[in-house]
Amino acid sequence: MKNNQYPSWRKTKSALAAMIAFVCALLVIAPLALVFFHLLREGAGAVSWSFFTELPKPVGVAGGGMANAIFGSFQLLGLAALAGVPAGVLGGVYLAEYGTVRSNWLLRFVADVLNGVPSIIWGVVVYGLVVLRFKSFSAYAGGLALGFIMIPLIMRTTEEVLLLVPTGYREASLALGISRWKTIVYVVMKTALKGIVTGILLALARVAGETAPLLFTAFGNRFWNHDLAEPIAALPLQIFSYAISPYDDWHRQAWAGALVLVVMIFLVNILVRVLTRERLARVL
Amino acid sequence: MPVVANPPTLAARSTIDRMAPASGVGDKIFKWLTLAMALAVVVLVFLVGWQLARGSSLAIQKFGFHFLTTSTWDPVAEQFGALPFIYGTAVSSLIALIIAVPLSIATALFLTELAPLWIRQPIISLIEMLAAIPSVILGLWGIFVMIPWLRDHPFPVLKRLFGWTPLFDGPIYGTSMLAGGIIIAIMILPIITSVSREILRSVPNLQREAAYALGATRWEVTRIAVLSYARKGLFGAVILGLGRALGETMAVTMVIGNTPQIRASLFAPGYTLASVIANEFTEATTDVYLQALFEIGLVLFGITILANLLAQLLLRTMGSTMPPRAVQ
Amino acid sequence: MTKLDQFSSKILGLVIAFGPAFAGATASAQMTMNGAGATFPYPIYSKWFDEYAKVDPSVRFNYQSIGSGGGQKQITAQTVDFGASDGPMSDENLAKAPGKILHIPTVAGADVVAYNLPGNPVFKLDADVIAGIFLGQIKKWNDPKIAGLNPGITFPDQEIVVVHRSDGSGTTYIWTDYLSKISAEWKQKVGTNTSVNWPTGLGGKGNEGVAGQVKQTPGALGYVELIYAIQNKMPYADVKNSAGKFVKPSLESITAAMATAQIPDDFRFSVTNAPGATSYPICGATWLLVYEQQKDPAKGKKLVEFLKWALTKGEDMAKDLDYAPLPNELRERVLKRVDEIKM
Repeated sequence: MKNNQYPSWRKTKSALAAMIAFVCALLVIAPLALVFFHLLREGAGAVSWSFFTELPKPVGVAGGGMANAIFGSFQLLGLAALAGVPAGVLGGVYLAEYGTVRSNWLLRFVADVLNGVPSIIWGVVVYGLVVLRFKSFSAYAGGLALGFIMIPLIMRTTEEVLLLVPTGYREASLALGISRWKTIVYVVMKTALKGIVTGILLALARVAGETAPLLFTAFGNRFWNHDLAEPIAALPLQIFSYAISPYDDWHRQAWAGALVLVVMIFLVNILVRVLTRERLARVL
Repeated sequence: MPVVANPPTLAARSTIDRMAPASGVGDKIFKWLTLAMALAVVVLVFLVGWQLARGSSLAIQKFGFHFLTTSTWDPVAEQFGALPFIYGTAVSSLIALIIAVPLSIATALFLTELAPLWIRQPIISLIEMLAAIPSVILGLWGIFVMIPWLRDHPFPVLKRLFGWTPLFDGPIYGTSMLAGGIIIAIMILPIITSVSREILRSVPNLQREAAYALGATRWEVTRIAVLSYARKGLFGAVILGLGRALGETMAVTMVIGNTPQIRASLFAPGYTLASVIANEFTEATTDVYLQALFEIGLVLFGITILANLLAQLLLRTMGSTMPPRAVQ
Repeated sequence: MTKLDQFSSKILGLVIAFGPAFAGATASAQMTMNGAGATFPYPIYSKWFDEYAKVDPSVRFNYQSIGSGGGQKQITAQTVDFGASDGPMSDENLAKAPGKILHIPTVAGADVVAYNLPGNPVFKLDADVIAGIFLGQIKKWNDPKIAGLNPGITFPDQEIVVVHRSDGSGTTYIWTDYLSKISAEWKQKVGTNTSVNWPTGLGGKGNEGVAGQVKQTPGALGYVELIYAIQNKMPYADVKNSAGKFVKPSLESITAAMATAQIPDDFRFSVTNAPGATSYPICGATWLLVYEQQKDPAKGKKLVEFLKWALTKGEDMAKDLDYAPLPNELRERVLKRVDEIKM
C-alpha cells in the first residue's frame, strides 16, 4: 500500500492537515476582526458625550443621542432578571440537590431544547400573553420575554456550579444538625455564590443584545420611559431601526450604539472570566 | 466535562437523604418550591406551543395542510402560504451549514488535536467573543460592509464563472439568499466549534493512545481514532448549529432582501420564517393575517424543536451532557 | 456573606435598576401619548411632536413609524392612543373597531419615483412606463420606452432593481391606487391596498427602508414620499399627469392636486391622478386615526388640544418639509370634527 511504502508522505499529510485546520481556525476568527475593525472605525467617531446624554432628534435633524435606549436596556435587564433569576436559580437547585437520575435527565433535556427556541418566538408568545391582554406594549412585556430566555440558561449554569461543591460540605453541615434546606441555602449556595452570579451575568449579557423579542413587546420609545407599563426604548432596537433607515447621520449613530453595546457585553464577559479564574479547572 | 471534586453521586445522595429526612416544614416547602421552578421549563415549552396554536387556530382551520404547500403570500386577497418562507429558511440554513460545518469541525480538531498548546486558549477566547456579538450588530455590519463588498467582488466573479447555471443566474442585487446564508454561517460557527470541541475532548484518550501505539501520525490518529468515534456527537453538533440557523432572525432580515418568492438563483432575494414574523407582525391588519403569522411561528417552533431534540439525543449518546454555556 | 447580605445585595441591585424608573414616574407628572402608523408623514409628525413638547411640556407624544397597516391595526386593538395612516381604513376594518374611528386629515404629500443612477439625471416617466416597470415587463434601464420619453439622456444597460414596501403601507396604498387607475392590467392582477402581492422587486421596511435600499443599490428604483427623497439627496422623476403634462413633484403641484379633491363627510378620499395641468398625479393625504369616544378623559383632552394646534400652527411648518397643508375650507371642516370628539 502506498501509505506504508512512503512514510514521509504520511508525515507530510499530517502536517498539511494541521495547516489546513489552522487556516480554518483563522477563517473562523476573521469575521470577528472585520466586525470589530468596522465598529471601531465607524462608531468611535460618533460616540460622544451627547450620544450618552441626549434623546433622539426628529427625523432629518442632525445630532441627538441614544440616552433613553441605553438606559432602557438597563431597565429591561432589571425586569428580565426579576423574571428569570428566581426560576432559573431555584430550578438549578432542584436539579443539583433533589433530582433523581431519571427526572434530571428529562429536565436537562427539556431545558437544553428550550434553549434552542428562536428568540422571536418568545416575542410572539409574550405578545399574546401580555401585550394583547393589557392592550399596550410595555417594558414589563419586554422584560418578561427576555426573562423567559434566561431561565433555561441560568438553570443549567446554576446546576453545574452547585455540582462542583464537594459532598463533604453537605455531609458536614447535616452532621451538625442543620436542616436540609438550610444546608442547601447557607452552605452549598453560599459556596457556589460566585458561580451562580457569573452564570446570571452571562445570561444577562446574552439577552442584552436581543432585538427580535423586543420588536413587539417593548416596542421602542423616542423619549424617556416614565411608566414600566408603557413602551420603552432599547439599544438593540434603536440600532436596528437606525440601520435600516436612509439617513447617514442615523447610520453613524447606529454604529456608535453598536460599539457601545458590544463593549458593554464584552466587559461583562471579561468580568466573568476574571471572577472564575480560580474555578476554571478546565483542562484543555 | 468539567473536572469536579467529589460531585454528589447517586450513592452520596442517598446517604444525604438518609441523614436528613426532609421532615421539617421548611424542608418540604423548599423542596416543592425548587421542584416547581424546575418544572417551569416543561411548562414553558407547553406554554409556547399552546400560545402559538391558539393564536393561529382560525388560520389552521381556513388553510389546513395547504398552508405548508402554497406559495402565495397575499395579504390583500387573504391567501397565505408558508412555502416561500420554508424554502428560504431551508436554503439559507443549508448554505450556512455548507460553509460553517467544514470550517467549524476543522477548527475544533485544530483546537483539540492538532494545535500547539499555547495557541489554544487565545483562539478559544476569540471564538467566544465572536459568539457574544449580537445578531443585530452583525446585521449592521452585513448591510454596510459585507453586502457592498459581495456585490462588487465575489458575486460578479461567481456570475462570470457559473452564470450559466440556474444557481447563479439573474441580476445581482447584493441582498440575496446567498448573503443570508453567509451571515447565518458566521453566526453558527462559534456554537458548532465549541460543541464539537467538547465532543472531541470526551473521546477517551485510550483510543488515541492505541492508534499512536500502532505507529499512526497525528492526523491518522485524529482520523481513525477520534473522528470515527465522535461521529455521532459531531453530527449532533451540526444539527445543533442547524437549529440555531433555522431561528436566526435579525442579521438575516437585514441582508436577505425580504421578498416572498421561490427562485433557484442564490443571487435572488429570499425570505425566511423568522424574518417575515419580524417584519410583518406589528402590521398585520386583519385577523387572518395575524393568525397566519402565528402559524408561521408555530411552524418555526416545530422545526426548531425537532432539530434541537435530534441534536440533544445525538449529543447525549456520547455520554456527556453539555451544559449549554452562554455560547448560543 | 450571610443570607441577609446576599439578599440585600440583590435588593440593592434591583433598586439600582428600577430606582430611576420609579423616580422618573413620580418626579414628573408627565403624560405619554402613544401613537403608531404611517412612515409617510413621519418627518412632519416628529417635528410637530418635538415642537409641541415645548408648547405643552406636560405631555409627550411617542410615535413609532411602523407603517399605515400597523397604525390601523394598533388603533383597532387599542394598544395605542392614536393611529396614523395614509390609506383610509376600509369599511370592514372600521367595523372591527370597538368604537367609531374618525379620520382626521393632517397634510398631503406625494409618492415620488426615486432612483439610483450614476450622475443623478432627472428624467420623465409616464403612467405606462411606471406600470410596466412595476409589473416586471420593463426590465432594463435602456428600454426603448424609457428612452423614448427622455431623448437627451443615455441610460445604462442595467437591470432595474425595483424596490417596494415589505410592510403594510399607506404610501403603497397611494401608489397602487394610482396604478390601478391608469393601468387596467395592474388593477386586475394586483389591485389597491396597503400590502399587495408584488410582481417583482425587493422589499424595504417603511419609507425609510425603501429609501435606504434605493440609496444602497446601484440601478434601483422605488417609490417614497417626497421629503425622504429630498432629505437623502436622491433624484426623483417628473411624472406625466392626466392633463398630459410632465409635472415635478413639489409643494405647488401637490397643493394643486389637493385643490381639486372632492371630500366626503367622513374625510376618506383619494387624489391620485387628479385633474389640472399643474397637478402631480401621485399625491395623497394622510390621516390621524382617533376614537370619537375617548376612553381616558385626561388623555382625550390632551389629544384634542394637540390636534387643534397641529391643524392651526402645525400646518405652517408643513411647507418647510414640502408637505402641502390642507385647503382652508377643508381645515375648517376638520376642526369642527375635532370638536365632536367626546371624552
